[in-house]
Amino acid sequence: MAVVTYLEAIRQGIWEEMERDSKVFCLGEDIGIYGGAFKITAGMLERFGEERIVDTPIAESAIVGAAIGASFAGMRPVAEMQFADFITCGFDQIVNFAAKTRYRWNAPAPLVVRAPSGGGIHGGPYHSQNPEAWFVKTPGLKVVEPATAYDAKGLMKSAIRDNDPVIFFEHKKLYRSVKGEVPEGDYTVPLGKARLHREGKHIAVITYGAMVHVATEAAEVLDREGVSLEILDMRTLLPIDEEAILASVRKCSRAIVLHEDTLTGGIGGEISARINEKAFEFLDAPVVRIAAPDTPVPFAPPLEAAFLPNAQKVIDKARWLAAY
Amino acid sequence: MAAVKPIGPLLENGAAATADMEADLSLRPEEIARRGHYYMALQREVEDRIERKLYRQGKILGGVYVGRGQESICVGAGLVAAHDDWLYPCHRDLGLYLVRGVSPREIFAQYMGRVGGLTKGREGNMHMGDLSRRIVAIISAMAASVPVATGTAMALKFQRSRNIVFNIFGDGATSRGDWHEGINLAAVQKAPVVFICNNNMYAYSTPLDKQMACEHVVDRAPGYGIPGEIVDGNDIFAVYRAIKRAADYARAGRGPSLVECKTFRMTGHSAHDGGDYVPEHMWAEWASKDPIQRVERIMMDQGWATREELDAVHARIKREADEAIEWAEQSPYPDASTLTEGVYEGSL
Repeated sequence: MAVVTYLEAIRQGIWEEMERDSKVFCLGEDIGIYGGAFKITAGMLERFGEERIVDTPIAESAIVGAAIGASFAGMRPVAEMQFADFITCGFDQIVNFAAKTRYRWNAPAPLVVRAPSGGGIHGGPYHSQNPEAWFVKTPGLKVVEPATAYDAKGLMKSAIRDNDPVIFFEHKKLYRSVKGEVPEGDYTVPLGKARLHREGKHIAVITYGAMVHVATEAAEVLDREGVSLEILDMRTLLPIDEEAILASVRKCSRAIVLHEDTLTGGIGGEISARINEKAFEFLDAPVVRIAAPDTPVPFAPPLEAAFLPNAQKVIDKARWLAAY
Repeated sequence: MAAVKPIGPLLENGAAATADMEADLSLRPEEIARRGHYYMALQREVEDRIERKLYRQGKILGGVYVGRGQESICVGAGLVAAHDDWLYPCHRDLGLYLVRGVSPREIFAQYMGRVGGLTKGREGNMHMGDLSRRIVAIISAMAASVPVATGTAMALKFQRSRNIVFNIFGDGATSRGDWHEGINLAAVQKAPVVFICNNNMYAYSTPLDKQMACEHVVDRAPGYGIPGEIVDGNDIFAVYRAIKRAADYARAGRGPSLVECKTFRMTGHSAHDGGDYVPEHMWAEWASKDPIQRVERIMMDQGWATREELDAVHARIKREADEAIEWAEQSPYPDASTLTEGVYEGSL
């Protein structure tokens, strides 16, 4: 198997789906001639032509709206938000049009909205956000954020084939920093299923995206102290794979919910609540949330470093939790 | 400032072509009158029953928005559309549903929240659509349908379909960003969509001069590089002809255009709103331009129908409405156990 980057895996996923199904097409800002701000769609214009790789005006609401309308007419659109931070400009189309159309009048909107998210790239307040929680509280959407190259490709294929609207967060920090073995042939990773990233005994860390790697770094340090972290990569944030989360919690009896998104109203609160409701008797300690503080994402390197959850923050909390 | 470019095929020398590019789809004036009259009168009757009877009787809850006095616009668009073209109506465009074949039964049941309604009680009033009939439901945010209609049109173009899209909205919708984003994208993509504005001079209670500083909605068309036209929206023939030209233009692969239909909303914004903010003289002025009475006068003048024949049409429509209301009231409410069905594919 070839070792490819997370970015290349996403690119392959889209590319192969476009080869497989002529109904699949991409639209977004700078995705054609330029190949996308991150080069996800590089080479696609030449291969698939401008009717299937559509360079659009800077108009996120129109991009999402057009994707919805095309999906009604039998297409499978993949819409790119150049940065997840701009998804707010298409918010109404996503949460009011796409998310509710099946429920309201039985009109499915099979589309993917790709959203490069996350910090650690010195992007400042508008090129670093993690807006997934806004969408996780919207019934009718599916929300995905892969952590590995293998999952990135497999989840992208599933997202494109899915008959409901999928918001696909791609963590920018992982684009080129994460590599992994990816099969060349066709495979999919199912939506709605978490993945046990690392088996452990003492503390279940429930996380996703870039934080899977932060947790892994922490786990290696903690191993030497005799504290064994189990890491559950959620992969799909909506619908939540509650069974997988509860299974890890029942096994470890201690739990950390870790995300790069800010604390208040983040997914961590929802997961913590579900653990408390459904696995309370298995807990030996309170569920701990580790998240970014409730501030915008700052620009200056020391500020951004203080903002982002990191391995040391996980280690500190895990030590406290292990001793509880 | 660029002048508004008229819609319609132009010859090499820039003159308007006279040949009708889609003559086979054109209706004769008598047919426009006969069919237009029936559907406008049916819309009027169904909406009168909804707003003035069922709502006041408490049989319909929630919002009620009618198209009284401007039925000619949606009906005119409906008569132009081929049976398999895509329709994106707005909340005063019941006639478009009727022309496409949605029955008064389904509409009354929709308003009453019954399973016999188009959305089976999931949605109320004019928030209804049916993919099998290629009618797309609005959401409440005005103009949100504009980019969505554009996306359908882009897909039809990609599929080399001869079908096109009809998107209707009010003057108020043209203040929203979605309207501008959607029309701009359609223009750039030369998407086969006909944008139709029913300019009834009020957005809820807000008059036009507080919505926009230009005189006409169509003044914006040149800014997007598309042609446009203003028509008397209460004249079904004028509406039909303008939308037909716009449809031919789109079907010929020339892209979108904007038809602004000047009209007036002969009602408040919704059933709870008496429209007290409208100057008294406007009601009387526009009552005399009623599109149904107007077409009836023409039909009688032209010898296409007698008063008795027109009265018979109204009587038939009343019977249809009676029967449909009875049917809708027999239709059950959705069972509460179905609450979570249909959020996702296969979700129960």
